[in-house]
Amino acid sequence: MSDFSATPAVSPPVRPGQIALRWLLFSLLGLFALFYLMPLFVMLTTSLKSLEEIRSGSLVALPREVTFDAWRTAWSEACTGIQCEGLRPYFWNSVLLAVPAVLISTFLGAANGYIIAQWNFRGANLIFSAMLFGCFIPFQVVLLPMARMLGLMGLAGTIPGLIFAHVIYGIGFTTLFFRNFYVTIPGDLVKAAKVDGAGFFRIFWSIFLPLSLPIIVVTVIWQFTQIWNDFLFGVSFSQAGTQPVTVALNNIVNSTTGVKEYNVDMAAAIIAGLPTLLVYVVAGKYFIRGLTAGSVKG
Amino acid sequence: MRAWLERQIPKMVLAPSFVAILIFVYGFIGWTAWISLTRSKLLPKYDLHGVIQYKRLFAAPRWDTAMDNLFLFGALFICISMALGLLLAILLDQRIRVEGVLRTIYLYPMALSMIVTGTAWKWIMNPGLGIEAMVRGWGFENFTFNWVIDPDMAIYAVVIAGVWQASGFVMALFLAGLRSVDGEIIKAAQIDGIPGWRIYSAIILPSMAPIFLSAFIVLAHLAIKSFDLVVALTGGGPGYATDLPATYMYAMAFSRGDIGQAASSAMVMMGVVFAIVVPYLYSELRAKHV
Repeated sequence: MSDFSATPAVSPPVRPGQIALRWLLFSLLGLFALFYLMPLFVMLTTSLKSLEEIRSGSLVALPREVTFDAWRTAWSEACTGIQCEGLRPYFWNSVLLAVPAVLISTFLGAANGYIIAQWNFRGANLIFSAMLFGCFIPFQVVLLPMARMLGLMGLAGTIPGLIFAHVIYGIGFTTLFFRNFYVTIPGDLVKAAKVDGAGFFRIFWSIFLPLSLPIIVVTVIWQFTQIWNDFLFGVSFSQAGTQPVTVALNNIVNSTTGVKEYNVDMAAAIIAGLPTLLVYVVAGKYFIRGLTAGSVKG
Repeated sequence: MRAWLERQIPKMVLAPSFVAILIFVYGFIGWTAWISLTRSKLLPKYDLHGVIQYKRLFAAPRWDTAMDNLFLFGALFICISMALGLLLAILLDQRIRVEGVLRTIYLYPMALSMIVTGTAWKWIMNPGLGIEAMVRGWGFENFTFNWVIDPDMAIYAVVIAGVWQASGFVMALFLAGLRSVDGEIIKAAQIDGIPGWRIYSAIILPSMAPIFLSAFIVLAHLAIKSFDLVVALTGGGPGYATDLPATYMYAMAFSRGDIGQAASSAMVMMGVVFAIVVPYLYSELRAKHV
């Protein structure tokens, strides 16, 4: 599905008319590339300008004088409300939240997928359908009871509370990923291992997990992107001090105190987007595989 | 006895996840459904009062705006993203040497949070300092582009940002689809002298029907859940001009203290999602079991 390597459909140009078409094709592709790159370019150049230059210059002009003041302010001084500590504490909140939530939900998905795909018992498919269904609900429908539940559990407004919510509503997708990967492994493998005396856990640890590296990478990237970029849970289940970076970014941009510092807003936006962007650049292939698998089959 | 225990292990390992899903998905939907039938305000009350919340909801002008916006935004967002994604996929499918680079450029917005996207576009479309000021600086003194602060146009600003974010993803879906079409058929058509555009319109695109459906489902799902983008780009404003059901629900739940309204609007949202997703899921699951 995510394999782009097959031979292209249409033959290369030979006639002069087709060379003109070729030029048209490249200019179109170039124009679209500009459209997609423009916001990133504008964010970056704006973040490197001083406020005077922003007011006097053009949106797309390169900075005359490059200054990193806005980045420093965004990272450690910008106000997210009454506190003015920049994005830094919230960035770490997001790290503290995303890492355990990704690991736990991925591990649970692996175990669930292994069971549903390889230890078929009566009702397993029904359970799988029930989990799959959970992937599609708009989270608004569980927002109120979840807020109350976290309160009852003593986790309201805490990072563990957010981790809990992300794990619960991530299980559906992670299970789906692993289940779809493990059904392609022949059932004879489990049978043979059982004959050799291996049990449920032994087969999982020594046979299935070592085979799973590609799907683990896909799942981790998918979950990390989802959780890092989440805003709805972050804004609903956190309080001042435990907010993830997306919520803090929104607060910085919409904070009404003082002069509007567009360069700081842009630096903050880039900082908030950097981790997932980095993951995308480094492991784009797996990112696309997750997107297509998560959407086409889910 | 030991053998029996051995057989129970898989069920025991799966059980916690299953119970969690039962409670936190199905139980919670039930709770929200119940609350949507009560007169709950700041705190939940459990005695039923029929469909009073739904009556209030459908009588509320703000909800009306939110639903209108959802259909307008959804229709434009889905159609433009699909058209643009398909166009990009076909253009990229013409033996482009730098295809990998272009693909990366078209798709990277999908890795960003909608809050980041909204923040960026809010700045770009800023009337005083963004595109409007830039074009005026070029000498077009009367140029106006103030969609983000114009109540009639703000929803289109949300469409622009949404399309920017999601169209690359549709491109990736379609490109994978184009590449999975049987090369032999295409070669045969080329030998027969059938022109390229006919090969696309008569052979390749019809065979991609399932991908059109997937793209539609994903985009519709994104549109209905759109919350972050509106919050970051317009904050639902000016006034309530760009409210969507998701922002309405959030406002009722967390700033108005009207959880009866919040619950009923969430139930309507779920109804809209299921009207689109359930037939699709059903056919998918059936197809797999056959």
